[in-house]
Amino acid sequence: MIDLYSLYERMHDNNIMLSFKGEVTFDLIDSILKIIEGRLDKMEDDRKTMKKVYNILVECLQNLCHHVDSIEMDETMANMNRTAILIIFSDEHAYHVVTGNYIQNENVTPLRSWLDQINSNTKEELRELYKKILNNEQFSAKGGGGLGFIDIARKSGQKLLYNFQPVNTKYSFFSFQINIPKQ
Amino acid sequence: MEPLIIEPSNTTPKVKFDPATGVMLLSGRSTPENSVEFYKQMLDWLDEYAGRPCQRTELNIKLEYFNTSSSKCLLDIFKSFNNLHKAGNDVIVKWYYEEEDEDMQEAGEDYSDLLNVPFEIIEVKE
Repeated sequence: MIDLYSLYERMHDNNIMLSFKGEVTFDLIDSILKIIEGRLDKMEDDRKTMKKVYNILVECLQNLCHHVDSIEMDETMANMNRTAILIIFSDEHAYHVVTGNYIQNENVTPLRSWLDQINSNTKEELRELYKKILNNEQFSAKGGGGLGFIDIARKSGQKLLYNFQPVNTKYSFFSFQINIPKQ
Repeated sequence: MEPLIIEPSNTTPKVKFDPATGVMLLSGRSTPENSVEFYKQMLDWLDEYAGRPCQRTELNIKLEYFNTSSSKCLLDIFKSFNNLHKAGNDVIVKWYYEEEDEDMQEAGEDYSDLLNVPFEIIEVKE
């Protein structure tokens, strides 16, 4: 028998609001958003912070879903198809949204430079970049078009934290974290 | 021409476009995964409306949340009002945001920067 109580205690001590590992679908995302919205309603008095957390969570989850949607899996990864991890926790100072998913190695460099570019921009530069992409006719049919991470950076006012862990010759694991300060 | 009325859902806004009065409303939240599909019906309706618009057209946007997938669709909606204005019609877009919600205020300002149609940004006190 696994030591479930110690796992429970660890999750409790880390103030985990929700954790999930498994296949990500749009239906699942809807359910998670409903759960978190209900919980935020009870624990967060500041409406501004509540809206920020909800908004950022929508972007993180839809990003995650598009990522796992676009990845081409081969036999080496058959069991992990569409699998991702999501953890939402809070502490005294902030809410934290952490996601992890597989990406193809060839996408690591472009994603890294995109995230670095966003992190190197000031608030005003991010705003201009957002408007530029928004007004660009060449917007992706899915609607995201790269605005997701900019929006997350703008709304949180924080740097995007990330890590790429090589898994094998084809895939890496992309970890992403955003902290949303409490008011 | 029939009015366009869409009841809100957890991820899509309430829509009420009235061709008789020229008053249009978009309110609630807009966070669908596929916004293009949802907004197409509004853009189609507005195309038809542009053929015989009211003397004055007013679009009221009262959004609580919207995702980046909706942001481009919203711009497309605004652009059709922009065109109506360019064609010499009396058009105004009113963007409402909740008191102290700087994110929504900035979003309104961003749209306003990209458009020529009269665009009013209004703070709503709680």
